[in-house]
Amino acid sequence: MSKLLSPNAGPASLPRRIMQQGRYETITMLRNGEQLILAIVLPLMALVGLVVTPLLDGLGGSRVDIATPGILALCAMSTAFTGQGIATGFDRRYGVLRFLSTTPLGRGGLIAGKILAVLVVLFLQVLVVGAVAGFLGWQPRPEAWLPGLGLLILGAAAFTALGLLVAGTVRPEATLAITNLLWILLGALGGIVVPADRLPSLLQGIVHFLPSGALGQALRDAFLVGAVPFPAVLVLLLWTVLAGAAAIRWFKWN
Amino acid sequence: MRSPESPVLTIDGLIKDVGPLASLDGKMLRVVSELSLVAERGQVTALLGANGAGKTTTLECAQGLQKRTGGSISLLGADPDTAGADLRSRVGVMLQDGGLPPSARPIPLLRHVAGMYKNPMDVDALVERLGIGQFSRTSVRRLSGGQKQRLALAAALVGNPEILFLDEPSAGLDPQSRQMVFDLIAELRDAGMGIVLTTHLMDDAERLADYVYIIDGGHNVVEGTVAELLRHDHATDSAVTERTLYFDAPGGLDFVGALGAGLQVTETRSGSYSITGAITPKDLATLTAWWAERNIMPASLRLEARSLEDVFLDISGRDLR
Repeated sequence: MSKLLSPNAGPASLPRRIMQQGRYETITMLRNGEQLILAIVLPLMALVGLVVTPLLDGLGGSRVDIATPGILALCAMSTAFTGQGIATGFDRRYGVLRFLSTTPLGRGGLIAGKILAVLVVLFLQVLVVGAVAGFLGWQPRPEAWLPGLGLLILGAAAFTALGLLVAGTVRPEATLAITNLLWILLGALGGIVVPADRLPSLLQGIVHFLPSGALGQALRDAFLVGAVPFPAVLVLLLWTVLAGAAAIRWFKWN
Repeated sequence: MRSPESPVLTIDGLIKDVGPLASLDGKMLRVVSELSLVAERGQVTALLGANGAGKTTTLECAQGLQKRTGGSISLLGADPDTAGADLRSRVGVMLQDGGLPPSARPIPLLRHVAGMYKNPMDVDALVERLGIGQFSRTSVRRLSGGQKQRLALAAALVGNPEILFLDEPSAGLDPQSRQMVFDLIAELRDAGMGIVLTTHLMDDAERLADYVYIIDGGHNVVEGTVAELLRHDHATDSAVTERTLYFDAPGGLDFVGALGAGLQVTETRSGSYSITGAITPKDLATLTAWWAERNIMPASLRLEARSLEDVFLDISGRDLR
């Protein structure tokens, strides 16, 4: 009998496997310098930029109060769409997805682990951005936190589905280009940090139907007014379902 | 040679089409066609074939990584297409491209994979056994081919599988790594694990395999133990009688006259000869007597029956493909 080999006792439990994968993916994300810049540094720079410039003046609130919900939405897009999309794209290239799907983790556990990692990193982003914004004078309504976090999770779901759709259908280099480009375009012009009314009139009608515009608007409404706009929630739900279904249909594992 | 216990893997009439492919005017390409094989516990079963013969596709269908077009597969008694975590925990897979994240470091990666199992192997012992400690601080991206293969083997083994799939296990291995990996494979086989591997290297199959399936054009053409394959001439479907004697000795080609007829003698370079044909014990005695009379001592002397390579080339043809 081999000294190494012992009897097979089956898989670890499903929650344990997902926790294990979530923890591993979280550590990988946090160790990646480029991802940290995208997840923390750029959103904080955008926050400071919006607070020190008059871009958001005249919208019925202090600059930081209007800017911060949008920055939180930007964080969700950074982590769930661009960061996770690029990581998944390269995992697919290197066969990591195929190898892990042959372990007890399986494909479902792998996706669950990725979603868990996105949520953990998003939670850390909210802590950091919230603390810096608080230092800059942000005064969120306390009752807005619960719906606000719910909206962030919904937004993360929509962006995760979109990120997986891109990562699973094109080459990783293309995923890198597409998700970074969309992050810049949607971040600047997608209604996520700059409210729709401040965008060129051509874009105003469109951004409400984009996940960026819907999430930015929903979070601003939640934190500034204390209301959850149902059209925006509906838009986010629709993107989640459509992109999720498309990802399930077209995602290639190799 | 076949064990009475239930096989770890049974493939019956496997068919796999890929496509549609633009290069075939949008038609499907059949990469595996009516392939059947059985792999037993406590044996190394080798799929031997040229690149593109369908070996990896067959393995991936058995692992549930690719959906088959037709035929049936029983992996530890279950269908791999509907495998759950219980079945997957009993199957170890080493992919051809490794499948390891480039930024990972070996030991945290192995601990991570071990965390997917209830009773994994002792990671430290596994690291020791495969010499992974030597490069434990290097990221996967910077490992040599042999180091990557050893890590991928460790990751496939860490769950104590009952069946182990190895796709081209000796690719990129230096001689020391190769010895280490081959010793471990033999040890696991002796411990009762069923091992299924693919290779295009005859030497791997000769050294490792208890049972060989030669795969060509997507189906199995010949099977048997290595000894059985070497005894049988598949080109003429008869027992092998041909042997080759290689030697280096001075004295020139004068020995030819002493030998019986029907043997083909070649001087490969000055002082190096090969004699091919139905060599008899009498031919050997004649040759050595001829040397003895002249007090010639050959520098080397080697008699070979067919190699697995000859068998393979007889079957799959000698054309370049």
